[in-house]
Amino acid sequence: MSSENGKRLLETDAGGLNFEATELTLGLPGEPRVTSDGGAKWGSKRGFSETVDLKLGDNNQEVKLGHSLQEAAKSPVSKTQVVGWPPVRGFAKRGKKSCKYVKVAVDGAPYLRKVDLEIYNSYQQLLTSLEDMFSCFTIRNYLNEKKIDQVNGIEYMPTYEDKDGDWMLVGDVPWQ
Amino acid sequence: MNYFPDEVVEHVFDFITSHKDRNSVSLVCKSWYKIERYSRQRVFIGNCYSITPQRLIARFPGLKSLTLKGKPHFADFNLVPHDWGGFVDPWIKALAKSRIGLEELRLKRMVVSDDSLELLSKSFPNFKSLVLVSCEGFTTDGVAAIAANCRFLRELDLQENEVEDHRGHWLSCFPESCTSLVSLNFACLKGEINLASLERLVARSPNLKSLRLNRVVPLDTLQKLLMRAPQLVDLGIGSYVDDPSSEVFSKLKAVIQLCNSIRSLSGFLEVAPCCMSAIYPICENLTFLNLSYAPGLQDNDLTKLVQHCRKLQRLWILDCIGDKGLGVVASTCKELQELRVFPSDPFDAGNAAVTEEGLVLISAGCPKLNSLLYFCHQMTNAALITVAKNCTNFIRFRLCILDPVKADPVTNQPLDEGFGAIVRSNKSLKRLSLSGLLTDQVFLYIGMYAKKLEMLSIAFAGDSNKGMLYVLNGCKKLRKLEIRDCPFGDVALLEDMGKYETMRSLWMSSCEVTLGACKTLAKKMPSLNVEIINESEQLEFSLDDRLLVDKMYLYRTLVGHRKDKPEYVLLL
Repeated sequence: MSSENGKRLLETDAGGLNFEATELTLGLPGEPRVTSDGGAKWGSKRGFSETVDLKLGDNNQEVKLGHSLQEAAKSPVSKTQVVGWPPVRGFAKRGKKSCKYVKVAVDGAPYLRKVDLEIYNSYQQLLTSLEDMFSCFTIRNYLNEKKIDQVNGIEYMPTYEDKDGDWMLVGDVPWQ
Repeated sequence: MNYFPDEVVEHVFDFITSHKDRNSVSLVCKSWYKIERYSRQRVFIGNCYSITPQRLIARFPGLKSLTLKGKPHFADFNLVPHDWGGFVDPWIKALAKSRIGLEELRLKRMVVSDDSLELLSKSFPNFKSLVLVSCEGFTTDGVAAIAANCRFLRELDLQENEVEDHRGHWLSCFPESCTSLVSLNFACLKGEINLASLERLVARSPNLKSLRLNRVVPLDTLQKLLMRAPQLVDLGIGSYVDDPSSEVFSKLKAVIQLCNSIRSLSGFLEVAPCCMSAIYPICENLTFLNLSYAPGLQDNDLTKLVQHCRKLQRLWILDCIGDKGLGVVASTCKELQELRVFPSDPFDAGNAAVTEEGLVLISAGCPKLNSLLYFCHQMTNAALITVAKNCTNFIRFRLCILDPVKADPVTNQPLDEGFGAIVRSNKSLKRLSLSGLLTDQVFLYIGMYAKKLEMLSIAFAGDSNKGMLYVLNGCKKLRKLEIRDCPFGDVALLEDMGKYETMRSLWMSSCEVTLGACKTLAKKMPSLNVEIINESEQLEFSLDDRLLVDKMYLYRTLVGHRKDKPEYVLLL
């Protein structure tokens, strides 16, 4: 996999991932991690950062316009899916088990992990679990307690890329 | 005007129960208005922003049952942002302060908080019935308060709500002294409950007629519950998974034989197809069957089941039943009045589960059909014309072709003629939802023929303002009009502004209405609230009247602008 610092593997998904179950939107390649406001502040603190690719919103939210790249490759006549269409309420609950899997990429880690958001009830639980998974890094507590990684003293801030492709700080949007 | 004493008139009014009739009666004269308002017990408010709780309380001091609706219908499809409104809290607070002896509260698409539920549970000693449909904002703690404090609770009915589940103890909050339950529906709750508490509750509720369980209630608990409540009329099964050779399953089969009062069956939130045969004995008497939440039942499982349901009047099912399966329904269910076919996979056109063929078969086989909700992958004019010939009793006709602008695949024509035939032959039609490729022509037909139409839902249809105008001019009984992604603009919106005072509400999103036109409308019609929902980064609303408005929702009201609007709503 990639040994390049800062390269995220989101756009080139090595096989085996079940897109149907995940309803992911892929992030655009090569996006700078520094946000437009206050970005410099974050950038300087982050040595390594944890990125989580999320589709925000509740279970019922319909897939937004456009498919993931993988889907588009599979079905050449890909349909645009429109917000609120088809007009069926709570579709995710009918005939399908809802699950919200997201990919977690950590720069410097040799491979990505898949995480089911449904099994957590709060950001803190998620972060603790991610910490276990990527045990070589320590994650900054989102409640603003500073945490310093024991090994190399670098502070991390968990961030994620939302459906608009913007980098967001974990904790601003309520867990639901 | 009065030949009789007030008490006699009041006694006559006791027999007038429909809201419409009561409203009419109150308009006859001052004396009747007064008698009616003191004797009124049930009030229905279709838009919670059309009136204030204070005015409700002032007019109807004898109020016992209140029904309130909040968000517009398109909120069901995520077109209305979070926190738009529809808060029940001010209503409960006002009622609690008053001397109203509330006994029943029914809410739809409203935001309900735990605090509201707790206040409700403690303020009305005779409170008997809580029905929440498509609501949100509360947790199982609020439900626990209702269970704990409403000593004479008869009905707790939670339908399709978004409830944060704090797992478990709410059911145990029903005191041992609570024996009055008639209806308990918690199918939409996701969390664990105390199964032993549930069994005890059911055991001490001799009047229990309706019980709808959630997914975590396993089959062996179901069997025990049915032992305790063989008198049930309406059953919603939670989890229906077991080994058919197990002892528990045999016990279930035995106890089901005793449940000969069950007329309505739903749930199956988790189901093993091999267990379905145990249900067959109760199928004979079923009038309502809802399998629309049952994952994993294939067409042959469904058809085998349906073949036993000769008395069925209402069927809600997933499209995996297929056209052939609908044929079985058509030949078995001669009493069928309502059919709803939901998509099991709305985004995958590869699995064309039901098409126009299934609908035609149903129309031919079920002469009593009057209500339809049908999600399909395609429809033809010929099929709709045949359906219109076969069925002339439709009150509700909602057709959703999953590809929103799909033409008739045989002729490549729009579906104008098909829908035209439907409205022409179904003179009692009250509700219509359109889909597929449609031009202004279909609206001409609707305006001409749909004289009793009260609610119309339009998406991705029409060519010009004429379409919308045909409807506004022709449908005299129209109450709710909801439009998305249609080329209707200012000319149509402003042509007959008085029309909106005769309607409950109008929704237009992604159409061609400008901010200026909305402002004009709001200015000329003070009896309407014109709301612009703007979620984008446009901070300066008043900048440009030529701006196309993303979402507009207008409704008639007696009380002016609402005070609880979120930032992204502009009230003109």
